[in-house]
Amino acid sequence: MASSREIKRRIKSVKNVAQITRAMEMVAASKMRRAQRNVLAARPYADRMRDLIGELTVRAVGGARKGTLLEQRENVRRVGLIIVTPDRGLCGSLITNVLRRSARFILDQRAMGREVDVFTYGKKGRDFINRTGYTLAGEMVKIGDAPKIEDILGVAIDAVSGFESGRYDELYLIYSEFINTLVQRAALKQLAPVDSAEAASSSRSDFTYEPSQEDVLQEVLPRYVESQIYQAILESIASFYSAQMVAMRNATKSAKDLVQDLTLSFNKARQAAITKEVSEIASGAAALAE
Amino acid sequence: MPMHLEIVTAERVVLSEEVDQVNAPTRDGRVGILPRHEPLMTILQPGELTIIKGGERVPFAVSGGFMEVLSSRVTILADTVERADEIDEERALRSRVVAEERLKIAQTDRDMAIAEAKLRKELVRLRVAQMKNIRRP
Repeated sequence: MASSREIKRRIKSVKNVAQITRAMEMVAASKMRRAQRNVLAARPYADRMRDLIGELTVRAVGGARKGTLLEQRENVRRVGLIIVTPDRGLCGSLITNVLRRSARFILDQRAMGREVDVFTYGKKGRDFINRTGYTLAGEMVKIGDAPKIEDILGVAIDAVSGFESGRYDELYLIYSEFINTLVQRAALKQLAPVDSAEAASSSRSDFTYEPSQEDVLQEVLPRYVESQIYQAILESIASFYSAQMVAMRNATKSAKDLVQDLTLSFNKARQAAITKEVSEIASGAAALAE
Repeated sequence: MPMHLEIVTAERVVLSEEVDQVNAPTRDGRVGILPRHEPLMTILQPGELTIIKGGERVPFAVSGGFMEVLSSRVTILADTVERADEIDEERALRSRVVAEERLKIAQTDRDMAIAEAKLRKELVRLRVAQMKNIRRP
């Protein structure tokens, strides 16, 4: 059994760890609340955009779709994949889940004979792609807790224009979907061609479009895709803080359990030492008495 | 009869209230929207967006987006939007300088496009901010 001094030292260090994880848990909890609010606040824009696309695409069939983000290409040779991860770890299995989903996606696409170019948001995703040796077409790190859409546009525009120029025949997005505080899921979403069936299709022929319906559609589509990427980043931030909060709560609890176990061992060691001492004294006295 | 105006950006719903008139900068020129305007869907360009409510004019700087008018409901999906009296003129001036610098050093088309859009936005912000100063008694 370890000496009582050693055990005492361990108890102290575990208590320190518990203090830190507890502080991190509380910080994550407050940031999580703000991140959740941001996710909800950003929803109306994406919803309105989706409705708008529904209205606009009802009549845009065939030729009108060509050269836009709606264009379905028959021969898919290269796809663009955007991976959204946090910059930091200490958030349980969140990053692993997103990266595992991404790796599976890349392998599946390759198995179909397609090339994959990867864009990443967040340090963890970038490091993963660099480690595995896949093509990194664009990256952004240090996104912060509450980015504005203009802060994150750079990579998004590269991916979107890559589709428009014909370099990519499809665009996908993998991110951590925020379901609730306890559940986050690695989600895969197709960004382009834009799935207009997803949108409510109600034709409004009585609308006046200025300058024209095509122009409006041409302007709406990239913004829609960008807002989806933005939304994914916000959800990823909310997921990150939720996962971190839960991970830190578990860590704090484990540390407390450990302190309890160690205290028990400490008391046992102390008791053993006392017993030993007493018995030594007693046997010493007994020896003298003889 | 008032109409309902909603200004929405990618980040949040900026404003949702009853107004009497909306003047917006569209690609084909400025348009004024009054209640019972015909259904309209139009592209906005950087400029001054003015709301008139109870005789009071509230100017905003908008950097682009869309405006939808449908039976006395106006929805503006703005790229960015700011109330004129919330614009810090000094900061806008500094941002303009930064944007100009960035435009100078831009290498790729993408950087150029982003820098240009930023600069255009800053110019509009400045213009709207200054307009507010002139109007104030």
